[in-house]
This record gives sequence, structure tokens and C-alpha cells, in this order.
Amino acid sequence: MNPQILVTLLVFAPLLGAAIAGLGGRRIGDVAAMAVTTGLLFFACALGWMTFIQVIWGGWPAHFTVELAPFIDVGAFRSTWSVRVDSLSAVMLVVVTTVSALVHLYSWGYMADDPHRPRFFAYLSLFTFSMLALVTAADFMQLFFGWEGVGLASYLLIGFWYQKETANAAAIKAFVVNRVGDAGFALGIMTVFWAFGSIRFADIFPQVAAHAHALWRFAGHDFQLMDLACVLLFIGAMGKSAQFLLHTWLPDAMEGPTPVSALIHAATMVTAGVYMVCLLSPMFEYAPVAKAVVTVIGAVTALFAATIGLAQNDIKRVVAYSTCSQLGYMFFAAGVGAYPAAMFHLFTHAFFKALLFLGAGAVINAVHHEQDMRKMGGLYKYLPITYAVMVIGTLSITGVGIPGIDLGFSGFYSKDAIIDAAYVAGRTDGISNFAFFSGLIAAGLTSFYSWRLIFMTFHGKPKWREAVAHDAHEDHVSPAQIETHDEPLDDAHAHDDHRHGHDEPPHEAPWNMRGPLLLLALGAVAAGGVFAEAFIGPERAAFWRGAILELSGAHILDALKSVPPAVVWAPLVVTALGFAVAWYVYVLREGLGARLARGPLWAFLYNKWYFDEIYDFIFVRGAKALGDLFWKGGDKAVIDGLGPDGVSAVSLIVGKATGRLQTGYVYHYAFVMLLGIAGLLSFALWAFSR
Amino acid sequence: MTGILSLTTFLPLVGVAAILVLRAFGNGENPRADSAARWIALATTLATLALSVLVVAGFDRSQTGFQFVEDSAWFAGLHYRMGIDGISVLFVLLTAFLMPLCIVASWRSITNRVIEYMIAFLILESLVIGVFCALDLLVFYVFFEFQLIPMFLIIGIWGGSNRVYAAFKFFLYTLLGSVLMLAAILAMIAMAHTSSIPVLMTHHFPAGVQAWLWLAFFASFAVKMPMWPVHTWLPDAHVEAPTAGSVILAGILLKMGGYGFMRFSLPMFPDASVQFAPLIYALSVIAIVYTSLVAFRQTDMKKLIAYSSVAHMGFVTLGIFSFNLQGEQGALFQMLSHGVISGALFLCVGVVYDRTHTREIAFYGGVVDRMPIYAAVFMLFTMGNVGLPGTSGFVGEILTLTGIYGANTWPAIIAVSGVILSAVYALTLYRRVVFGRITNPAVAALGDMNGREIGIFVPLIIATLALGLQPGLVFNLTNASAVHLVDAFRAATGR
Repeated sequence: MNPQILVTLLVFAPLLGAAIAGLGGRRIGDVAAMAVTTGLLFFACALGWMTFIQVIWGGWPAHFTVELAPFIDVGAFRSTWSVRVDSLSAVMLVVVTTVSALVHLYSWGYMADDPHRPRFFAYLSLFTFSMLALVTAADFMQLFFGWEGVGLASYLLIGFWYQKETANAAAIKAFVVNRVGDAGFALGIMTVFWAFGSIRFADIFPQVAAHAHALWRFAGHDFQLMDLACVLLFIGAMGKSAQFLLHTWLPDAMEGPTPVSALIHAATMVTAGVYMVCLLSPMFEYAPVAKAVVTVIGAVTALFAATIGLAQNDIKRVVAYSTCSQLGYMFFAAGVGAYPAAMFHLFTHAFFKALLFLGAGAVINAVHHEQDMRKMGGLYKYLPITYAVMVIGTLSITGVGIPGIDLGFSGFYSKDAIIDAAYVAGRTDGISNFAFFSGLIAAGLTSFYSWRLIFMTFHGKPKWREAVAHDAHEDHVSPAQIETHDEPLDDAHAHDDHRHGHDEPPHEAPWNMRGPLLLLALGAVAAGGVFAEAFIGPERAAFWRGAILELSGAHILDALKSVPPAVVWAPLVVTALGFAVAWYVYVLREGLGARLARGPLWAFLYNKWYFDEIYDFIFVRGAKALGDLFWKGGDKAVIDGLGPDGVSAVSLIVGKATGRLQTGYVYHYAFVMLLGIAGLLSFALWAFSR
Repeated sequence: MTGILSLTTFLPLVGVAAILVLRAFGNGENPRADSAARWIALATTLATLALSVLVVAGFDRSQTGFQFVEDSAWFAGLHYRMGIDGISVLFVLLTAFLMPLCIVASWRSITNRVIEYMIAFLILESLVIGVFCALDLLVFYVFFEFQLIPMFLIIGIWGGSNRVYAAFKFFLYTLLGSVLMLAAILAMIAMAHTSSIPVLMTHHFPAGVQAWLWLAFFASFAVKMPMWPVHTWLPDAHVEAPTAGSVILAGILLKMGGYGFMRFSLPMFPDASVQFAPLIYALSVIAIVYTSLVAFRQTDMKKLIAYSSVAHMGFVTLGIFSFNLQGEQGALFQMLSHGVISGALFLCVGVVYDRTHTREIAFYGGVVDRMPIYAAVFMLFTMGNVGLPGTSGFVGEILTLTGIYGANTWPAIIAVSGVILSAVYALTLYRRVVFGRITNPAVAALGDMNGREIGIFVPLIIATLALGLQPGLVFNLTNASAVHLVDAFRAATGR
């Protein structure tokens, strides 16, 4: 079969699964719905790897677009439903379909007791389709379709356990915060449209160089066109990828079932922003200010999210903040111009982060839906496989490897490349230098919180026996914080059920959960070493085949080999330091951590720098107050008071006296109208006869 | 196919006659007469739908002018003129499409004065189609004015507890607008010596006169849209109107304002349109932000959707007064899409209202447990209201925003906040009604939608998704006329 048909099948296979499971799930039964969606996803995954290999090393063209049908077509505003494939989208196809297929399989075990499994699998497949539509878009409208489509799936899956108020709140928060980003994104698309007269990438990119210094009038000011457009588009990326200021939804999104967190809120959807910046590299390369913004936001997020991750007690929240932080790395890599390094980290991160989440899910599953790490401990004896893969994931995320012989876990290749790239770029500009130091410090923090997670969960004294009658709310420092508890609450007795569940010892996950864990662990170990040369090596042009434009950044990746040894070894040193401190605090001096947690700095970090409280005060309460003011003050008092109520006061007295509308009023009205029409007619006759 | 427009317009009156005959020969009000009235009304509206489909099928999409034109002289220079172009054709279809759904939606919920109710709806249909087909100012004015009567009756007789207040508010606002428009029509006829709309569209009024005429028409259309600050009749009218009344009100009657701007204000008073565009921008962006925030605070489901309608209409006026193709096409599309989506949302409210007789949001919660099909349908239309890509709501929103951005970036920047706010109020409504645990025993006793109810929603679901994924279905029909509108406008104003 030709490539066009294969990639079209690849994109639509998950949609077919979603439709069958979503519309027919009740008729065909749970197992059939799960089998169909999972089967189609593995089919898509096979096609994804085939596309990847064929586009990059095989006989397929470097890039091609299958045009399926027109979408919006109004004058120059033309969009077409398409499947556009190049090296960049091929990388995403592999990441999305692989993680999605494994998460589908994992969910057989994780969601085994859920009464709404067809709906769950339908949402997962719908998400996958939207994500594939996003990464294969040939114009901004389909990109936006996929962009909001994954947002919808995310909303539905975060709120999957719809009886939990916290899950519903988190779902809305995710949607709304993403919409804030999307508003900027939409303005960016409009800017591009009016500046270039098209929304198709193929039309826009060749024109960019000619517009490099064009000015654009926006909100009463003249801006550099490319900087303005790229900053607006990047606001969309900030929302989707949970970057600093628009990050608040991601930790709350952990209310969703853990497989969702792994697929959507770690490996794929949240990386869409990074993908977008890389996809639009032909535009960002001509927007120096926008690149600086990307670098700063990325660097700040990498550091900021890592500090919060230090203090969280919920196992999923630690991993969530770690995701936030790692996304920051990807952005500042793109910002300094090292797009291939950003994509490479996206690629390796998908494996080790999905692994960490699914591993955390296996832990949660083992201890009966407990997520508080303070109530775990000593689990390595009971969960040897989960322990092993979690350690692998941690070694990978902390970037353990030996620079001298260039051998290490996946994260070592991608993360060190980013830090080194920021160093190289930082020789000439201060912003990149800031990114370099942020990235380096964040690496140390990453190591601390990642090992803290391992030690609190798997080592030390087992505390899960004592936690029989746990009270989820004992440590509520702030009322605005949503405490995550990953448990289906479909029947009112769920609490009782899992309470006596604590009597049994923790148990290892079933095979359908272990299988995906082992495969992802393989990726976390080897994906970096295998693909490093291809993604970011000197011969990377043969890999990307024109999908990424490197102008200013081209020399950066080429210079990685000439970085001084002190810089090369620095990430490993801070990582070792983070490990040592975590070891001291949580293993050698067990109990010290709990004492540290009483300090004010810790409370500040635990409460996430109070972002939720500040936003709640300004935006949520502000909107409510304004809404009330406009409604009761504006509409009722001013407009109605001066307008109809004043005028109709007399009529109303009559109306209330009779209690209901009498037909007589209608006759009056009709009569007045007839008079009017009679007058109109006579006037017209007079006018025509002149 | 000359004459098909008159046939479509007046066919509903045949149904009225049939009901009246039946009533005259039958023995007054009894269940069988009611049932017959329902069936006759349904058959008539379906026949009208079939005719309007024929109209659309026979519509030549490459032509820019009016089609199916009928022009018969009455006496002393008065003419009966009918005709449609790309701007009006789909409103005829929308009206004919929503009417049968309204009849079916009222099947069980209206038990009082069924015969009169069905008659009122059929007359309303006839008048509304007439508004969109009229090509003569006088004919237009007659249709435009008379459709107030059946609507007034539908709210005033079959409405809720506070229906008198709502009906009068509706009446007062629209009367105010009509009086001014009437004066403008008189002046136009006096100056141009014709009441033919196509001729007037090419007639050039002096700029000073245009301003006054524009303002007079604006008074009428702004009330109809409704634009801020003359919108306060709408929430009350919606809350009190029966479900089908709300569907027609939101789905069709509001569109007359936008249609009026495109049919009269832009082509006939182009200079004044440019002059007053900043006023429209200001009122529209205020409407979007203000009413979205007000919608967020509502405790009544229907009021919330009514306020959200005002916000959505703000996008329409922005699109129309951006004077470019994306804006005009977006505005047309947004009106059609809103007709489907808001109609469907009011029907969604009607489904639970029929069961519980309350629209209080706080009464509900956890409905999904008892009504999963309803929850899925409601979710789809909520997403349409939010403007999610893939639903028709998105296309109109992005195009009107793009259009206004091309005209002036400020209103675009403010209006884009409506994209955020719509998510806030629509998802909050959905969460409070559908999600959560059941705490109210009355909700625990709810049953899911029956076949009749599902049948009402199926065409609306198809329309929302089909238009959202293939908006070309609309643009192909409207393109020639919209291009012509923009070109003629540019030529007239020299922009």
C-alpha cells in the first residue's frame, strides 16, 4: 500500500475505536470495547513505527501531505483536513501511538473494577485521534482543532470519576486555563493570517524571511511582526504545556485516573506546545524576542516547578511537577535554538515519564488507592518489579550517565545536551546563560525529589499498615488545594471497601500492567543511546530532512563536543549531590524529612508558592463579583430601572390586577399595528404618486 | 420555480386553515381535536421543510443577485416582491428546520389550548419565512411587525408564572425599535420613490441622511439581536416562554437583527455603517464580556443560556461590521450555528424541565447517573456553545474574530476573552447539573430520554457536527452573495 493510505489509516484507526467503544460500548460489552480500542491502537502503533522508519531511513518522501477534504474555506482563509508527514511529525507519531497503545493495555489491569470502562477507553482513543490530528496538521486550523480536541479529551478524562467534586473542579480548571492559552493562540493565528494571507504552513514558511523586519500594528502599538505572532502563538503553548503562570491546571489534573496522567499529562498532550514551537521553527528563527521569551519562561518553569516538587507528599503530584519542570527544559532548548535537542528530550521523556507515572499507578494500585507517600514505605519487598522499573525511570530522569565514555540512561543524552546547549548559547547572551544555570540547579532538585519519591515509597519503615483509617484532610494547609486521591468513587461505599482492603499486603500488578512497564523501562534505558546520534548528532540533517529550521542555533549543537569538561560533568555532580541529600534526609536520618516539613519555606513550597490562592482571589472571585455587579447593578437596577420597568410600571399594575394576560391587550396591540400599517400604506401611496 | 417562495411562506397558513376547519366541525376542545391539531401542525411544518429544501436545492450558488424573484404590482405603485439570495436562503431553511422540532417538543408539554398553540406556531412560521423572503420594504415591515403578535401570545399565554411582565417587556422594547424603523422606512420611500429592496440597495442616500436612517434601523435591529444595553428583555422572555418558544426566539427571531444589518444597514447606508462601526464594536465587546460574566452568576438554566446568547450575538455584530469576507461569512455562519446550538440547549433544558418543572440549577446534580444519553447530548451542545473545533460553534467564532481583527485589533483582543468566559459558564452549568453525586431524591427518580426526545435531538446533532466539520456546506451557498456584499460595500465607501 502506498504511504498516503497507510498514514491516513494510522490517524483514523483510533477514531474508529473511539466511535465503536463510545457509541456501541453498551451493546458489545466491556471486553469487546476494550479489545477493539486496544487492538486498533496497536495497529496504529505498528504503522507509526513503520512511518518513522520509512520517512527517516526508508524510501518514503521526506515530507508529504494527504489532503482529505476541505475544512474552512472562506476567501484566503483556507484550511484542509490533511495528514502531513515529515520527520518531526513522524517522531510524534511514534511517541503518541507507542505510549497510547501501552497505556491502553495497562488500563485493562488498572481499570479492571471500573463500571465505565468502554467510556474510558473511548476517551483514550478519542484523545489519541485528536493528538494525531494535531501532529499531522498542515495548517493552523487543523492544528487548533487537534489542540482543542486533546483539551476536550483531557477535560473528559480528568473528570472521568464525575462523582468526585475535586475531579470536576480540576477538569474545568484544566479546560479554562488552557482556554486562556488558546485565546493567545487564536490571536496569533489571526496575526499570521492577516500578515501572510494564508493559514497553511506551506504558504507561510517561505514568506517569513521577507517579513523578518516587518512591523505590525496591534493594540495601538507597532510591534515586530514575527515577534508578536510568535509570542501570541507561544501563549497557546504555555497553556497546553503548563508553563509558568499557566501551570496551575497540571497538578490538579492528577485527579484523573493514573493511566490518563501517564498518557496525556506526561508523555503526549503537554508536549504539544514543544512540538508547536519546533514545528514553527521557520517562524521563531526570525523572532529573536519571542525566542528570548520562550527561553525565559522555559528556564523559570524548569526551576520553579522543581522547587514545588521538593515538598509534595502525593506521589502523583511529585511526578506532575517533575513533568512541568522537564517541559521547561524542552522550551528553553527550543528558545536557544536547539530545536532537535528539545524534540529529543520530548522523545526520551515520553518513555521515562510514562514509566514513572505507570509505576506510580502500580504502587497506588498495590496500596489500595493510597497516594500519600508518607503512608507508604518499605514497599520494595512486595513490589520488586515495580521498584526496579521505578528506579530505572529515576536514573533516566535524573540523567545518570558517564560523560567521558558517553554512556548512560536515556535522560542523560537528552538532558545533558540541553544544558550544554544553553551553556554554548550562553557564551553570547545572558538569557541563555540564565537558562543554563536554571537548568543546572533544577537538575540537582530533580535528583533530590525523584530519589525522595523512591525512598519514601519503597524504603524505610512500612507505614501502610498504620494507615488503615486514613484521614485525607489532616494536612490541609490551604483550603484551595485539591487533595488528589486516585480512586473510583462510583458507589457510595468505595471508602469502606478500600479501608478493609488495607488488611492484605501490597501486591504486584497483573501482567497487563507489568508488560507496559517493562517495555517503557527498555525505552528509558536505551532510547537515548540508540537515537542520540540521529536526533542531535552532527549528521542530524539527514534525520530531520528539513522539518526543523536551524539558523542561529545550528552551531550550538555542533559545538556540544567542545564544551569544557567542567560543564560536561556539572550535571552529574549536582545529580549526585541531590541523591546524597535525599539519601541522608530520607534513609539515613529517617524522620528528618518530617521535621523539615514543619518549616515555613516548606509550607511555601508545599502550597505551590500560593499561586492557586492568588489566582482564586483575583480571577475567580473577581469574575464572580463583576458578574454580580453587572447583573444586579447593571441589568436590574440601571437598565431595567430606567428603561422598561419605569415605562411599563403603569401597564404592570394593570397586568398584575388581572393576573394573566387577557386577549384584549393583544387586540389593542394588533389594532395599533394595523393603524400603523394603514398610515404606512397611505404614505407610500402619496409618495409613489408624486 | 417562480412562486415557490410564496408557497413556502404561506403553506403554514394552509395548516392553520385545516386546524380551524377541524375545530369548526369538531366538537370543541377534546383530546382528539388536540391530537389532530398536533398532527396537522407537524405535517404542515414538515411539508414546509420539504419545500425549503427544494428552494435550497434549486438555488444557484454562483449567482450574486436575488433568485426565485416574484414581483406583482398591486395598485398605485405598491408591489408584492419576494426573492432570496445567499444571505437569506439558509435562514429560510433554518426556520423550516427548527419548526417541526418545536412542534414535536411541545407534543406532551403543552396540554392547555393546544389548538391555539399550534395555530400560533404556524402563523409565526409563515411570518418569519416572509421576513427573510421579502424584497419590498412594506412587505418586509408587515412580516417583521406581525410576527411579534404570535410570539407575544406564546410567551403571554403558554409562559411561566411571570409571563405578563416578560411579555410586556418584550413588547415595549420591540415596539420602540419598530416605531423608529417605521419612520426611517417612510423617509426612504419619500426620498427614493420606491420600496423595492434591490433598488434601494443600489440607491445612494446622502451621507447626512444615511446617519439618521442607519440609527433608526439600528434601534430596531439592536433590540432584536439583542445588543447591550437593550438586551434585558431577552432573559425574561426566555425564562417565561415555553421550551419551543425559546427555541424559536433564540434560534430564529434573534437572527432578524443580524439579517437586517446585512440586508439593509450595510448595502443601503454604507457610509453611516463605517461611521458608526466604532459604536457597534464598543457595544459588542461590552456584550461579550458583560453578559458572559452575568451568565456565569445565573441560577436559572434558561437565563444562563439566554445571557450566553447575547454574548454570542456580540460576535455576530463584530463580524458584520468588520466589512470583510471572513467577518460576513463568519457572522452568517455564527447565526445559523447559534440557531441550532442554542435551540438545542433550550431543548436540553426542556427535557429535564418537563420531568421536574424547575429550571433551578441547584435543584440538579448527578443527572448523568440516571440519564446517560441525555448527559452525552447535553455535553455535545455545551461544547458547541463553548465553540469547540469540530462543532459548528467554532467556525463562526474564529471567522468573526478573524474578520474583526482585520478591521481593528482592539475589539478582537477584548472579544477573544469571550472564548475563555464561555468555557467558564458553560462548563460550570454542565458540572452543576450533570456531574456530581445525586443529593436530590427527585433527581434520583429521573428517567432517561425517550424515543421522541432522542428523535428531536438527532437532526440537531447531525447539523452541529456536519456544519462543524464541513462548514463548506454553508459557505458554498453564501459565498457569492457575501463576496458581492463586501465588494459592493467597498465600492460604495471607497475603502
